[in-house]
Amino acid sequence: MNLRLHIWRQSGPQDTGMLKTYDVANVSEHMSFLEMLDVLNEDLIAKGELPVAFDHDCREGICGTCGMVINGRPHGPLARTTACQLHMRTFKDGDEIYIEPWRARAFPVVRDLVVDRGSFDRIIQKGGFVSVNTGNAQDGNTLPIPKLDADRAMDAAACIGCGACVAACPNASAMLFTAAKIGHLGSVPQGQAERSTRAMNMVLQMDAEGFGACTNHYECEAACPKGISADFIAQMNKDFVSSAFGGRD
Amino acid sequence: MDLKNHIPSGPIDQKWDKHRADLKLVNPANKRKFSVIVVGTGLAGSSAAATLAELGYNVQAFTYHDSARRAHSIAAQGGINAAKNYQNDGDSVWRLFYDTVKGGDFRAREANVHRLAEVSVNIIDQCVAQGVPFAREYGGYLSNRSFGGAQVSRTFYARGQTGQQLLLGAYQALMRQVGLGKVKLHNKQEMMDLIVVDGRARGIVTRNMVTGKVESHMADAVILATGGYGNVFYLSTNAMACNVTATYRAHKRGAFFANPCYTQIHPTCIPQSGDYQSKLTLMSESLRNDGRIWVPKNKGDKRAPDQIPESERDYYLERKYPSFGNLSPRDIASRAAKEACDDGRGVGPGGLGVYLDFSDAIKRLGEKVIADRYGNLFEMYERITGENPYHVPMRIYPAVHYTMGGLWVDYNLMSNVPGLFVLGEANFSDHGANRLGASALMQGLADGYFVIPYTIGGYFAQGGFSPVSQDSPVVQATVREAEEKIQKLLSINGKRSPTSFHRELGKIMWDKCGMARNEKGLTEALKRIPELREEFWQDVVIPGSGAELNQSLELGLRVADFLEFAELMCYDALHRNESCGGHFREEYQTEDGEAKRNDEEFAYVGAWEYTGVGSKPTLHKEQLEFENVQLATRSYK
Repeated sequence: MNLRLHIWRQSGPQDTGMLKTYDVANVSEHMSFLEMLDVLNEDLIAKGELPVAFDHDCREGICGTCGMVINGRPHGPLARTTACQLHMRTFKDGDEIYIEPWRARAFPVVRDLVVDRGSFDRIIQKGGFVSVNTGNAQDGNTLPIPKLDADRAMDAAACIGCGACVAACPNASAMLFTAAKIGHLGSVPQGQAERSTRAMNMVLQMDAEGFGACTNHYECEAACPKGISADFIAQMNKDFVSSAFGGRD
Repeated sequence: MDLKNHIPSGPIDQKWDKHRADLKLVNPANKRKFSVIVVGTGLAGSSAAATLAELGYNVQAFTYHDSARRAHSIAAQGGINAAKNYQNDGDSVWRLFYDTVKGGDFRAREANVHRLAEVSVNIIDQCVAQGVPFAREYGGYLSNRSFGGAQVSRTFYARGQTGQQLLLGAYQALMRQVGLGKVKLHNKQEMMDLIVVDGRARGIVTRNMVTGKVESHMADAVILATGGYGNVFYLSTNAMACNVTATYRAHKRGAFFANPCYTQIHPTCIPQSGDYQSKLTLMSESLRNDGRIWVPKNKGDKRAPDQIPESERDYYLERKYPSFGNLSPRDIASRAAKEACDDGRGVGPGGLGVYLDFSDAIKRLGEKVIADRYGNLFEMYERITGENPYHVPMRIYPAVHYTMGGLWVDYNLMSNVPGLFVLGEANFSDHGANRLGASALMQGLADGYFVIPYTIGGYFAQGGFSPVSQDSPVVQATVREAEEKIQKLLSINGKRSPTSFHRELGKIMWDKCGMARNEKGLTEALKRIPELREEFWQDVVIPGSGAELNQSLELGLRVADFLEFAELMCYDALHRNESCGGHFREEYQTEDGEAKRNDEEFAYVGAWEYTGVGSKPTLHKEQLEFENVQLATRSYK
């Protein structure tokens, strides 16, 4: 199939950036979206132009490195699918595709489609862990965890930290990302000792990074490639409020 | 040079205890006087950096990713082994040790493997304490499944995302230390070279991938946890950025590279679909718990799989290896698939595929149980191929997955360059010539959480560390060399992209040094690789400059190292006149096509010393002593 791409080009954080149009011919339906961009980049290099910079690594939908807004939707039109797992059979001959970076104040553009998501790491640094040094642990089976709790923890822990939730949110809020980690650790007994301080500190850092607040659009849930439920945001709010009132949940 | 492996004396099950008792300690107040550089933040790197910081050392961690959470450890799907014997099915430290030595085709060091099996139980405890959401039974206790090469259920898992959850556990431990100011984390920094001062590893040179700045970082010891070199084949299950640069540059600075020819071809990957393909996707080995592998009995049978009656199917693994069946080890299952396809009985485009069929399991257990066990893998398969594996058998084919070879290390995980430690897939030590499934996660975390924190103290306690200034001539010269290499690459301005060279190199390696090798092919590769390298340095084109984010330049630098490293691999494969594990030399096989080892001549680790670009490396041998496991022909029949 033949496609017309409109891709955001921006040489660096200070540049204003603009959409540029490229035609790509003979795209196979079996290609992944990123392989289609590889083909474009090889063409650009052959023509002596600068290839489009985009983040990617595992190309299996698990590392969370790739991310781009495709026709207005983070990671493209398929539900629960990262850009690297989106295949061209989703598109048809003659389609025009708009490709842009995540847009959020807390994710500054580094170049073209590459953004800086360091803010996510700084949120985790404020409490997205259990404070246990290596060697402290007791036998793994001394602490039975009901299967439903373990499953719920896993549902939240599946977050890959890609940032699609932020890109999808009209307020560029990082609530789903933050809530996923709080929800994971809050669902298992190991996370209880620090549950209250964790919610408080991570939420404060989220605000400090310049992410917006939640106004219940649920765009984040729809865009999440791992299908993480916005219910975890409710749990985070509960933990946060209880922490603010000095409670321990 | 005499390779001293520093394996402690005494019975095998007491060596590690004894060694820990003998190692000198660094007292808590003195630990903060020592600094450590950790390169790579996968399982081995993150766990090491976090644990060393907890102990009080000054740690600097480096990753080329934008976040420490993205390393390729994250992609491991199936699980992690541990000798917990929670299933009461006869497992023990000894059995895990034995399975791993046998699985490695008797080319691993006994003492290292035994230590790995011993600490495997601590890893599970540590990860549970971190809140890693392992799968559990309804009673709340940890769940297990089976993996290839074992007859017990000792594999712990977190849905199909075990690597991800273990890495997030280690990443969170690391982030905690970063937040506490105990670790300085450098994102988007790629290691360009190792700095060796007075014979000791004392720092690294990095390139900041956002600004292009090349700079030096100094420390008292350097830890490389930079993964394997499977991407030398271009197409592999590795992530796009995985590369050999860090370990290869250390090799050029004197570290010996051990057993580079031992590469693992994973039997269950999604077959290639076209020339544009950028990587191959693994389908977890855990699928072989319930999936049955087969091909048609008749050559060229083009019928749809559901039209082929039971009597005309060949469940070749069950037929050839009845006691392990579909859970035969990876090297054996891969070769059997190749054999069936070479015989003209492969399925799908080009006949390069075999079926992995779940219809019996779905009949027995119901679709819901199968979805619960493998749902995300089935979804992933459907996304990539457009076929629904609940209704149509999966098509799979072997692909490059893991590299058992790596930098040579002693029992302390230190290379022959004092102060340079190597962990995880980057070293060679534990898997011999073939790694068993669910053992990579185990080894990465064993090295990082439970081995290096002890052994590095022994090194520091020896003392004699004088400060090295970034202005000293040897440091500045190493920085300058890296800058010159970048400038040289940028100035060629030829016609071919780095990717096109990488793809061509990959094809040479897959054809001549892949699943099956022979003397003729390897000799041809050794002729062809230097020619391609020459062409690369004449005709590569890297658009843009070095002072910005430049992904072509990053790739160009990595491909340049692959083009040298590939030769080393072929030399190793050519010299090893035997077949063992992942190294299958066609000249050395039994009548029924099994690998034929030569223990008389090759029961050693082949550690290669760098002698210059294009010059044949020098071989050093570390003899392998088997005092506890009897050398035997490996049989899974």
